[in-house]
Amino acid sequence: MNLALSEEQEILKKAARDFLEEKCNKSFVKQMEQDEKGYSPELWEEMANLGWIGLAFPEKYGGSGMTFLDLCVLLEEMGRACLPAPFFSTVVLGALPILNAGREEQRKQYLPMIASGKAIFSLAWMEPELEYERKAITVEATPDGDAYIITGSKLFVPYANVADYLLCAARTSKREKGITILIVAAKSPGVKYTVLKTMAHDKLCEALFDHVPVAKENILGQLNQGWNEVQKTVERAGVAKCCELVGNFQWVLEDTIAYAKERKQFDRPIGSFQVIQHYCADMATYVEGARLSAYQAAWMLSEGLPGTKEIAVAKSWINEVSPLIFNLAHQIHGAMGVTIEHDLHFYTTRARPVEFSYSGDNYYREVIAKEMGLA
Amino acid sequence: MDFAFTEEQNRFREEVRDFLEGEIEQGLWKPSCDAWIQGYNPEFTKRVAQKRWMGLTWPKEYGGQERSFVDRFILTEEMLRYGAPAACHWFADRQIGGSILKYGSEEQKREFLPKIIRGEMYVGLGMSETEAGSDLASLRTTAVEDGNDYIINGQKTWTSGAWFMNHIYLLARTDTTVPKHRGISEFIIPIDTPGISRIPMIDVTGTEAWNDIFFDNVRVSKKYLIGEKNKGFYHVMEQLAYERSGFERLMGNYALFEALLKFVNETKRNGKALSQDTVIRYKLVQLQVGFEVGRLLMYKVALVMDEGQAPTVEAAMSKAYATAFEQRLANTTMEILGPYGLLWAGSKYAPFGGMAAHSYLGSKGYSLQAGTTEIMKNIVATRGLGLPTS
Repeated sequence: MNLALSEEQEILKKAARDFLEEKCNKSFVKQMEQDEKGYSPELWEEMANLGWIGLAFPEKYGGSGMTFLDLCVLLEEMGRACLPAPFFSTVVLGALPILNAGREEQRKQYLPMIASGKAIFSLAWMEPELEYERKAITVEATPDGDAYIITGSKLFVPYANVADYLLCAARTSKREKGITILIVAAKSPGVKYTVLKTMAHDKLCEALFDHVPVAKENILGQLNQGWNEVQKTVERAGVAKCCELVGNFQWVLEDTIAYAKERKQFDRPIGSFQVIQHYCADMATYVEGARLSAYQAAWMLSEGLPGTKEIAVAKSWINEVSPLIFNLAHQIHGAMGVTIEHDLHFYTTRARPVEFSYSGDNYYREVIAKEMGLA
Repeated sequence: MDFAFTEEQNRFREEVRDFLEGEIEQGLWKPSCDAWIQGYNPEFTKRVAQKRWMGLTWPKEYGGQERSFVDRFILTEEMLRYGAPAACHWFADRQIGGSILKYGSEEQKREFLPKIIRGEMYVGLGMSETEAGSDLASLRTTAVEDGNDYIINGQKTWTSGAWFMNHIYLLARTDTTVPKHRGISEFIIPIDTPGISRIPMIDVTGTEAWNDIFFDNVRVSKKYLIGEKNKGFYHVMEQLAYERSGFERLMGNYALFEALLKFVNETKRNGKALSQDTVIRYKLVQLQVGFEVGRLLMYKVALVMDEGQAPTVEAAMSKAYATAFEQRLANTTMEILGPYGLLWAGSKYAPFGGMAAHSYLGSKGYSLQAGTTEIMKNIVATRGLGLPTS
């Protein structure tokens, strides 16, 4: 057992922190909230040059051959910086499914392109009904000669507005199992996007497919075998999001402590009052639990071990404590913390435990119930 | 990073489980709540000693095994999982041995450590006094030099299991002329020394959980002074980190958790198992998540100790967290059992031998003993997070 980062991971973490502190300050984050694209192509290119996008791809696909755990270390720093960029969607929701389930020619075609920053990806899997079961996928892809024709509506697709490709989970057979992931050129005629207004002003989109033709060769992996990879992707994304949130929480904890030390009332720092100290101790405990459980799950996935239970524990814990952390952070910051003058709101609006949770956590609760042997 | 145990550690865990299951199968004892602190069983302690599981982390030259604290936590986690009656040796093995190793003289190491390792030395803790609880440094028991001896006068309280302990660890004031933290020393004294008397303190479960201990002109040889005179308070702060730092804070009630899970699977209301009730199911899952996170916090503490550091902040955090978990477990059990939860051991209809009522009441003390939750959070905030005290 060893819970420390490796030397290599420490170097990556430090480099990421330094880079993001320089390039991604809060005025940049704010600017991107108003930006139509929601990211900076120049910064994207720089991240590609640093080898970040292809960090966890094998070298033969233009990557750095590092692990999923290494990627999670990088994501933690991105969460800390509130980085506005299609990094998570391109790497975690786009590239990793291709690496995991794609055919060799697909990996060769897409991964080097992604690693070099030349293609932005996203995943279109959720639908308005928000039922997370295979049978609830209604977007259809019907065969038509050498192509499939996709029709239907997908929701909560991050950065679809700037994506070059979308992985779309669609129904290719009436049978329940018949789900296929198709790689769709995102600017194809018939694809329409609406950027939804979110509390973080980031780019979650609706994607409408109106008779969009996709060549059969763009089936990711095999026909009717897509659901398995959708599930794996959602699990992977859940863990990656947990690690990103750990970075978010860590900033909030440090910022709150710094504020409690500096803010004076009754001629003394408010951090010298026990009630504030205990709030901070509670926050630190929630964050420590988040860090340990998130990295345990990331480590399991990175090692190729079955981590279903560990993922469920991390997701459940983080979903539970995230609102508690922010209630305390805001309480300690006082009214200033609920204004847009203070940076805290960037974190409050991005700490969204509802993402990759399936429907309201029930899925993960059931995973744990089974592990506990509950009848 | 590596969240896995080694093959050797997995085998060790299996070995401990096999031993404990064998003991239960032979009917030598029954799993119970609080057995680590109230389970008086010298024969069990002897058998654990014969397995060479005492002083697991100590140097070989004193009879230890030089194994890691992670190994020790594997051992204690399993002891607690099975609710094993380990109270005779728990304190000595957990904190007194380590304290002697760090601050004791060579002579003391040679005298005491092998005795602990053989499972013969049971050490009660004489720290708190009626007027010195969280503010431990204000203690008033005195030890005055007299030739080659100290003469001890005063009163200690909250000494767990003192009626079966054969030694007492004592904090006493050896200098009344200096600020209170700087005039305290540590002693380890045979409890049958003339002038020591005990009266029981009965806790809300009806158990003789503690004793008050009185010292009336107790003459002890200077050889029982541990470490440097007047440095005791600084030593004990470190010792307390070890006291607070273990699985007993998370799993003192584990026997209840297991019994509860079995109960909800086997008990039907309105034709379906209680475990199928959405609310009950959700509460139990939340407990399990809380337990799993607590387990990670515990092993983090063990890893800090394996780096050779006193886990002051980590232990404080894990203790505050874990004792709250145990209280939640007890509360949830009462909610699920309804009026059956009120039934005491020996009563008709008492579920799981009355463990529910016992732990519901007993767990009230968990967040007080070995440092209150308030003191734990103060430590996390000031020592860990650097918040100012004024």
